Amino acid sequence: MKPARFDYARPETLSDALAILADGGAEASVLAGGQSLMPMLNLRMARPGMLVDINRIPGLDAIALADGVLSIGARARHAEVLASPLVRQAAPLLAQALHHVAHPAIRNRGTLGGSLALADPAAEMPACVTCLGATIVLASASGKRRVAAEKFFLGVYATAIEPGELILHVEIPAIRPGWTHAFQEVSRRHGDYAMAGLALALRRDGSRVAEARIALCGVESATRRQAEAEAALVSGGVGAACQMLGGLDAMGGDEVTAAHRIHLARVLLRRAVGTED
Amino acid sequence: MELPDEPTADIALTLNGEAIRARVPLRQNLVDWLRHGAGLTGSHVGCEHGVCGACHVQVDGVVVRGCLMLAVQADGAAVETIEGATSSGRIRALQDAFFNRAALQCGFCTPGMLLQAAELLERNPDPSRAEIREALSGNYCRCTGYHAIVDAVQAAAASLRA
Repeated sequence: MKPARFDYARPETLSDALAILADGGAEASVLAGGQSLMPMLNLRMARPGMLVDINRIPGLDAIALADGVLSIGARARHAEVLASPLVRQAAPLLAQALHHVAHPAIRNRGTLGGSLALADPAAEMPACVTCLGATIVLASASGKRRVAAEKFFLGVYATAIEPGELILHVEIPAIRPGWTHAFQEVSRRHGDYAMAGLALALRRDGSRVAEARIALCGVESATRRQAEAEAALVSGGVGAACQMLGGLDAMGGDEVTAAHRIHLARVLLRRAVGTED
Repeated sequence: MELPDEPTADIALTLNGEAIRARVPLRQNLVDWLRHGAGLTGSHVGCEHGVCGACHVQVDGVVVRGCLMLAVQADGAAVETIEGATSSGRIRALQDAFFNRAALQCGFCTPGMLLQAAELLERNPDPSRAEIREALSGNYCRCTGYHAIVDAVQAAAASLRA
């Protein structure tokens, strides 16, 4: 079980990386943390002609908070995001969810940008950035482009990234006063892929839910804002929102059926509404 | 992997405290090079797709899967394997506790377990059993059923705090 041959480039600057990606076209694969790409290479499920290793490009892992926006570099490792006081302060949802992302050794190497670019339907980070209304900033040899998270995830392993593009960073609006976050997940063992996961941001007016944002992972093939359930949660409470989740286009499968994923999404919503932080 | 036309790269790194240079096949992963190129067979190759944790090594101070990193990516890095961690004595308390608590049978998973447990105790000197299980969730052991391993990590933590 060894990878097929590939060319390997390790650019030291962003402009070099973008030039290589522009030349490489669909044959080039970005190697960031490699925690999903390397297994696929080892199993020969992926056979890119060239790997563009972005681990030496300075600044791609910066985490900063300014003017109410938390910016996280695409190559920020999961462990760095989890340990960041700025992330805890401005996006507690990410810190909660990252405990569910694989295992410590994977989090030491895996990156936020890599998780978003892969768009595994079971992955936590796509649901979190969608829930929080983040913007994904992409760069290519011909310039930069900003894509709202809600328009970024298109399907199983499918995103708005065009050939030659690289995720630079993610901009997340910092949590505002009165809002709380909660992330809930069910998996077979700790760190396994989610059978279902739920990201929730909530603002209460007294005990009443005044505003809500919900996104799921492990349920539908692409994460999205659950607008119908959000509206129902505000107007009719958690029971009404659970009713709306019955309309999910849940993934099926021999091990976890679509009906079971919907059941889990409802359980997780009830848990999350009780436990926001 | 030793084919005459195999594309290679030259790397220079610090391996268990020693500066070394090597020529590695581009597609060779770090743990295969450590075992076959550097002759350090304490890091084990289990699943080769990032599931089992037997290949754990430390790169620039953090524990990583040796099968999910290319050897060429270790160029310029400081790599420490179970051999280096053993000879420096930094995991002595854990090794003693694993022995005393019978936290291994075949020993295949043990190097990875020890390195991951050491990273936990550096970050958290007094972990709960649940925290130990979470930290070791990516390390598979097919012999012990994990209870003795959790006991050993707790015992090592207590001895290091004493």
